[in-house]
Amino acid sequence: MATSEELKQRIEAALPGASAEVSGDDGQHFQAVVVAPQFEGLSRIAQHRLVMDVFAGELGGSIHALSLQTKVASAAK
Amino acid sequence: MSEETNPLRDAIREAIAENPVILFMKGTPEQPMCGFSARTAAALQALDAPFAAVDILPDPRIRQELSALSNWPTIPQLFVRGELIGGADIVAEMYESGELADVLGVERPAQPEPAAEAADGSAPLSIENRLG
Repeated sequence: MATSEELKQRIEAALPGASAEVSGDDGQHFQAVVVAPQFEGLSRIAQHRLVMDVFAGELGGSIHALSLQTKVASAAK
Repeated sequence: MSEETNPLRDAIREAIAENPVILFMKGTPEQPMCGFSARTAAALQALDAPFAAVDILPDPRIRQELSALSNWPTIPQLFVRGELIGGADIVAEMYESGELADVLGVERPAQPEPAAEAADGSAPLSIENRLG
């Protein structure tokens, strides 16, 4: 069963420079706030796709739901 | 049988093309079967936006074909003028920000000052479409 920590690590590994906050304890429903430089210039749909692609095949299946909020990482850092 | 003959996928594609606003959901707007679908339908209803709704539950192939078409894994999925707008999260975010009303071409709710009178007299239509 997936854990929120595991999801966080997979998101951050797939999107270098991103930071993810993932919560959810039942192994199936998760909420994530992802801040990533890769989101720059992308539509919301495209931003969400970047994250959902990390879990391709699992969303809607073993991961029933991933509530997602995406934010562009500010360039100044 | 050729893989290209796919009546269900064609029917979904047609439904998306023919309905300016179409929501694929679990259950119906009156009786949603999933919290995410319920929230998304409620956002559209709160804006008084006419929309077609397709219940994907009766046949698992609907969801399979839809996700293959849209490249979006989860339900609900909202399409406006043939384009995927998003699922529950994006629709909720856009509802909050007022963007959803803009995309749908309806008035933003609870505007502090009413914008210039919309002279668009298009009659509201209410379509309920179900595949399967």
